[in-house]
Amino acid sequence: MKKNRLFENIVHGIFLILGLITVGCVLLITVYLIISGLPAIKEIGLFNFLFGKEWASTAAEPKYGILPFILTSVYGTAGAILIGVPIGFFAAVFLSKVANKTVRGIIEAAVNLLAGIPSVVYGLVGMLVLVPAIREIFHVPDGASLLAAIIVLAIMILPNIIKVSVTALDAVPKEYEDASLALGATPTETFFKVSVPAAKSGIAAAVVLGVGRAIGEAMAIMMVAGNVANMPSLFESVRFLTTAVASEMAYSSPGSLQRNALFSIALVLFLFIMLINATLNFFLKRDKEK
Amino acid sequence: MKKIISLLAVAILLVCVLAGCGSNKEAVATDGSTSMNKVISALGEAFQADTGITVTYNATGSGAGIQAVQEGRCDIGLSSRDLKDEEKASGLEGKILAYDGIAIIVNPQNPVSDLNLETIAKIYTGEITNWKEVGGDDAEIVLIGREAGSGTRDGFESITDTKDKCQYRQELTSTGDVITTVASNPNAIGYASLASVKDTVKALTVNGVTPSEETIKDGSYVVQRPFVLVTKKDTKLSESAQKFFDYITSESAREIISDSGVVPAN
Repeated sequence: MKKNRLFENIVHGIFLILGLITVGCVLLITVYLIISGLPAIKEIGLFNFLFGKEWASTAAEPKYGILPFILTSVYGTAGAILIGVPIGFFAAVFLSKVANKTVRGIIEAAVNLLAGIPSVVYGLVGMLVLVPAIREIFHVPDGASLLAAIIVLAIMILPNIIKVSVTALDAVPKEYEDASLALGATPTETFFKVSVPAAKSGIAAAVVLGVGRAIGEAMAIMMVAGNVANMPSLFESVRFLTTAVASEMAYSSPGSLQRNALFSIALVLFLFIMLINATLNFFLKRDKEK
Repeated sequence: MKKIISLLAVAILLVCVLAGCGSNKEAVATDGSTSMNKVISALGEAFQADTGITVTYNATGSGAGIQAVQEGRCDIGLSSRDLKDEEKASGLEGKILAYDGIAIIVNPQNPVSDLNLETIAKIYTGEITNWKEVGGDDAEIVLIGREAGSGTRDGFESITDTKDKCQYRQELTSTGDVITTVASNPNAIGYASLASVKDTVKALTVNGVTPSEETIKDGSYVVQRPFVLVTKKDTKLSESAQKFFDYITSESAREIISDSGVVPAN
């Protein structure tokens, strides 16, 4: 008996350590980002850094304003949500409530596959198909633009939105829908007036998850957005927070203000992600309390 | 992301190299410029065939390579630009291995086939914005370049004297991306290492000189830059690294260097 308890304790201990590894990683990254991100902000000045409109990190008189990156990330994510959420939401309603088993199986398999495609593949297809297409269709000199990035991001966040929304819609008790139908509502009325409101925090969580994925993506948009530090405009070449870090990191010399400023950008991005996570937790918690 | 992955790969490789130290022959670790991939890989293979010593190469970029030497994480750093004064002051030493021509590339559909250096500079600084001003079609010129800090960009901008003045439409993070983009846009102009230029794009002649090994060697093709081997001044190289260094700067390595598309310095 005693031996059993000892064994249990050891196993619990091991699990605790494994759990702490995760916490340790998060702490390590947070502390590292703050330590390496603050010096540049201090040197440049918080206001100049966050609201400076010009970024020229390797110029003779370097300028480190990241407002273009922040706005591009915000606009890009907003655009992706604007396109991705309606498609994802209606697809989720269809899958959960309307589609028969075979159709649902096929579409879900496709959605899962879409979720598994590596971002570099999205980027490559975007670069070879989407960018030239935008150039042809809109008669702009070059297709690498905010629009291309928005479209790629919208497709990338679709699987997240669909999967989480479907789970939320599936969890709506059948009695609710039955009651609505029994009262004479049509199926469509039932879906949108009963099922969707009942699943609303789950769907909100899906949207927030999509925002998180979109704002953190680097590889795919680096290949289609053109990466010039312009103020965001639909057909201009733009640089996101993520791509700003990724594109200059390898060549920046260590200890330089440029490298430190890149860490500061990463810190800003990290704060954005934390904010999004907090929002997500808020929705999930509210869901549980209900 | 690609860079982060390659940094990770460096870390993993370093662990492997360190773990391999126990074996009888020490490997030579090189680290740096992505543009030097072809030449260093070829030299490393030949060296290994001759001596049995392996040469590792991590394509991390000139800046990262110089940093790696400074921190003692590799034997020889590879830089596709001259060392900066502050890097020299910190105890590093550069030896030019070869010269690399930077080709100015346009889409094969573009009727323009020759530009002079001043015109190229004017195009990249935004003074000339339409192809018809230089004898081409009536279309806006789309400027494709590399990201800040890239050795190729640094080389191009210092040669054309357009530092910090280029009005890029796209800043891409690899030579391959530049070539792909120029190949898919009929109005694009870009620059890339001559060694990596493929048939999908057209290399322009500059001041009437076709970029080639001969014209780079005799200096008549002006858009060129050095490939530099970076070592620490006051630290002796390991025996195998010294052997490799001597080997690649010797007469017998000339052929391998020129076979990989760049022009040997000595």
